Amino acid sequence: MKMKIKNGKLSPYTKNSIISYGIVIIAFVVVTVLNSMGAVSSSLQGQLVPICAYIIMAVSLNLVVGISGELSLGHAGFMSAGAFMGIVVSGMLESSGLPDGVRLAAAVICGAILAGILGFLIGIPVLRLRGDYLAIVTLAFGEIIKNIMNIVYAGVDSNGFHLRTNPDLGLEESGRMLLNGPMGATAVQRISTFTAGFILVLITLFIVQNIMNSRQGRAIMACRDNRIAAESIGLNVMRYKLMAFTVSAALAGMGGALFGLNYSTLLPIKFNFNTSVLILVFVVLGGLGNIWGSIIAATVLTILPEALRQFADYRMLAYAIVLILVMIFTYSPKIKMFTQGLREKVFKGKNKTPEPETEGGV
Amino acid sequence: MIFLTNLINGLSLGSVYAIIALGYTMVYGISKMLNFAHGDVIMVGAYISFCATSYLNLPAWVSVILAMIVCTALGILIEGLAYRPLRGTGSLAVLITAIGVSYFLQNAALIIWGSAPKVFTSVFSGFGSSISLFGGELTVTWEALFTLVAAIIIMIGMTLFTGRTKVGKAMRAVSEDNGAAQLMGINVNSTISMTFAIGSALAAIAGVLLCSSYPALMPTTGAMPGIKAFTAAVFGGIGSIPGAMLGGILIGVIEIFGRAYISSELSDAIVFGVLIIVLLVKPTGLLGKKITEKV
Amino acid sequence: MKKNSYFKKFMVIALALAMVFTFAACGGSSDSGSSDSGAAEGAATIKIGCSGPLTGGASIYGTAVKQGAEIAVAEINEANPDLQIEFKMEDDEADGEKAVNAYNKLKDWGIQIMMGTVTTGSCIATSAITFEDRVFELTPSASSADVTAGKDNVFQVCFTDPNQGIKAADYIAENMAGKKVGVIYNNSDPYSTGIFNAFKSEFESKGGEIVAAETYPDDTNADYSAQLTSCKSAGAEVVLLPIYYTPASVIMKQAKDMNYAPTFFGVDGMDGILDMEGFDTALAEGVMLMTPFNPWSTDENVASFVEKYQAAYNEVPNQFAADGYDAIYALYDAFKAAGLTPDQANEEICDAMIGQFTGGFSYDGLTGTGMTWNEKGEVNKTPVICVIEGGIYVDK
Repeated sequence: MKMKIKNGKLSPYTKNSIISYGIVIIAFVVVTVLNSMGAVSSSLQGQLVPICAYIIMAVSLNLVVGISGELSLGHAGFMSAGAFMGIVVSGMLESSGLPDGVRLAAAVICGAILAGILGFLIGIPVLRLRGDYLAIVTLAFGEIIKNIMNIVYAGVDSNGFHLRTNPDLGLEESGRMLLNGPMGATAVQRISTFTAGFILVLITLFIVQNIMNSRQGRAIMACRDNRIAAESIGLNVMRYKLMAFTVSAALAGMGGALFGLNYSTLLPIKFNFNTSVLILVFVVLGGLGNIWGSIIAATVLTILPEALRQFADYRMLAYAIVLILVMIFTYSPKIKMFTQGLREKVFKGKNKTPEPETEGGV
Repeated sequence: MIFLTNLINGLSLGSVYAIIALGYTMVYGISKMLNFAHGDVIMVGAYISFCATSYLNLPAWVSVILAMIVCTALGILIEGLAYRPLRGTGSLAVLITAIGVSYFLQNAALIIWGSAPKVFTSVFSGFGSSISLFGGELTVTWEALFTLVAAIIIMIGMTLFTGRTKVGKAMRAVSEDNGAAQLMGINVNSTISMTFAIGSALAAIAGVLLCSSYPALMPTTGAMPGIKAFTAAVFGGIGSIPGAMLGGILIGVIEIFGRAYISSELSDAIVFGVLIIVLLVKPTGLLGKKITEKV
Repeated sequence: MKKNSYFKKFMVIALALAMVFTFAACGGSSDSGSSDSGAAEGAATIKIGCSGPLTGGASIYGTAVKQGAEIAVAEINEANPDLQIEFKMEDDEADGEKAVNAYNKLKDWGIQIMMGTVTTGSCIATSAITFEDRVFELTPSASSADVTAGKDNVFQVCFTDPNQGIKAADYIAENMAGKKVGVIYNNSDPYSTGIFNAFKSEFESKGGEIVAAETYPDDTNADYSAQLTSCKSAGAEVVLLPIYYTPASVIMKQAKDMNYAPTFFGVDGMDGILDMEGFDTALAEGVMLMTPFNPWSTDENVASFVEKYQAAYNEVPNQFAADGYDAIYALYDAFKAAGLTPDQANEEICDAMIGQFTGGFSYDGLTGTGMTWNEKGEVNKTPVICVIEGGIYVDK
């Protein structure tokens, strides 16, 4: 990470990076310490890995929606590809005797590669479209990935790896079914750990922050803010956007592998439109282009439904109301004007320094 | 004969999508927002009609009118409370709010009507079950027939309404240029409310027709048809009324044919695959207007 | 678009505060449970937890299990002041991830025995963890063979899917010999696919012929006309529906609309179709189904349960409710028979319960008499084939 210091102040990107890393590292240390003291409830313990996975998903989606300015409604598709790839890889290595950490690393890398390839292939046609048309095509690809996962059967035996589109794999007696079409993966060894999740979150942050802070990143943001102006100064819009889309997909695959290996079973239907929307909600609520906003939003919104359990049936209703209210209070122009007026009264005379903006309009 | 049966089934399913897509497309045209709660308004409409016939013993046509009134009010309410405060903030904020509204409606329905699925009595049950042709080899249900007719009537009605009436013209003006319309003395707020009202009334009709053909009624009933209809609206060119009709019918027919002749497992993938191809060839949908960019 | 940065900061801080509160709320084990059937104070109390879908598309099943179990808990607590049950049910929306969360929440509450989970997918997810935690688990209704595979602590009250498929194949092969069979099943549901796969291999090995095997994915549960058209044109006289009753009700209606009247053959998921509000029971006339529970049975225990259930919830109990009721009683009886007390550690309870269930423990319940369990955790009981006549089940 390059430190950029202007006029004795940290550059806005550096400042944001420091906040993001700070939040993650402090949270990890606090949780680990509390955990060793036995002060963390089972409920929260069980959610640590999914929270890490959702943070990775949200930060990677932010690269597309926030930084690159394209609305994607199919992010769960890449998560699915990564998750099932990770499960297959980990399942094949099960008999190899490798330590869990190595297997997890292999699974995560393979998941990221597969999702990245898919992201690249899908990105080529998708990024030719704009706005809501682009959104619907990403939704369509997400649904197609889910549909295809429904007919993929994979197994492993002493003859090696088998992959078919029907359940008749012809496995040997000792063979093991890894993917069972619509029934997904069962009897997955749960090898994801919070520490692994923490490391993957840091890797994601490192990659995304560096892209934002690079020449390519500035080009992408220039395209987002004014495509025509960016094109007129000779930026190759398509290439940069495709890069962002591919990286985002690969990171999503990484998050998916982490998520998939945290449960003993995983169904393809888990990664449907609702999951894509859930991740999008994290990004929008945390602020477009705001990485640490995504981190906090993903964490809060994953814990919130659990924390609301005592409201039983009214839990999801309360969640919906909270979501609507937060959106209105964050974005409504009238409320903004009101709070601005309030602030001017309170901080009268205080020297206003213009804050750097990382958000972009859509 | 099997081909004809499948075609009729496809047309019937497609007409339901078309009516839902008409609502989507109108709301999109005027407010440039993807109203993901539209599918759930359909579900509310169907529940209202169900309650009116089952608990109040009202005749079917009264229950439809009641459903339309309730949904119209609901549409105006949703627009006023959830979407209006966010007008002018970009479509993404409104999109998330719409998703929030969708969660809200589904969970409110769960609390009010419970989780047990209800079986919707077809509003056409008075006509008997179906029409037999060719000595019983081909059957056409009254639901299929009426849904198709209703979709065509609604499409023609909406085209005339937006083209001929003052309110309809105001809608087109607002969708073309919000600011200029306001300068011409059009009340933008009430015009947008009006659009939501009409869209939601259409949703109520769609809900009744959907559940007449496919009678299981649950709080999640509207979700998937909503997404499919959204696809249909984009397919036909979002914002275009004949486009929504065409898109809806085509999506329905492709879905049924895909299921019947290719693979019932991949029918959704086929629908979405065709959508992608169409959008790549014609990026604004089948009948969508090409928007020229101003620098 | 210029954003108000101060306001943004304020919001983020508010969110962060909310996060701290939620952490705190999670940390301090809140015991204001979502649905807590209390036990009398002072007496020895077993904490039995359950998770199942109480919201979302599958909530009907979770709700039924919960209501059935609550009746059993109330009966037991009234009759046994010395050993009480505290029952708590958490919502899992039939989703593996949420089910693990729900189980962890129950762990914070102090769960000793797990009764659940209700649906198969979430049960596979939680049973891997109860196995590690050594918490005894008896599922009322998760029927896949994967639920119990490799886990000595998990037992089932319901039939396994393969068993149901085999029984259905045997019955059709023997009693409806020579008839052409079509199948419509949900290929994204492990339950439905599990039954179909077992049915197919058994039926074909008995010389039967499946003329049409049609599937539908979970999302598009609206239209089955294409599948029915295939069955009809293939000349299927019997249509096996190894699916739940909601889609089945639509299938029956659509079949009638197209003048197609095969014999529909349902499995235990079909149970409940007659209680659907607004369902025209004439459509289900002659439908055959394999169910372990007949609410119109003249059996004394069943009649008493149905009466209590109707008084409490104003509806006819389905098989899920009966499974929930049986699961609570089976757990309680085995717990007593093993001579356990609630102050023992979960590991001890778990091992003793496993010993009971695999050591010849037998239970007479609503869903079968003389139920016994094998080492794999599968239940042994006889399914009843019923036919729907005049809006009720008649034993065949």
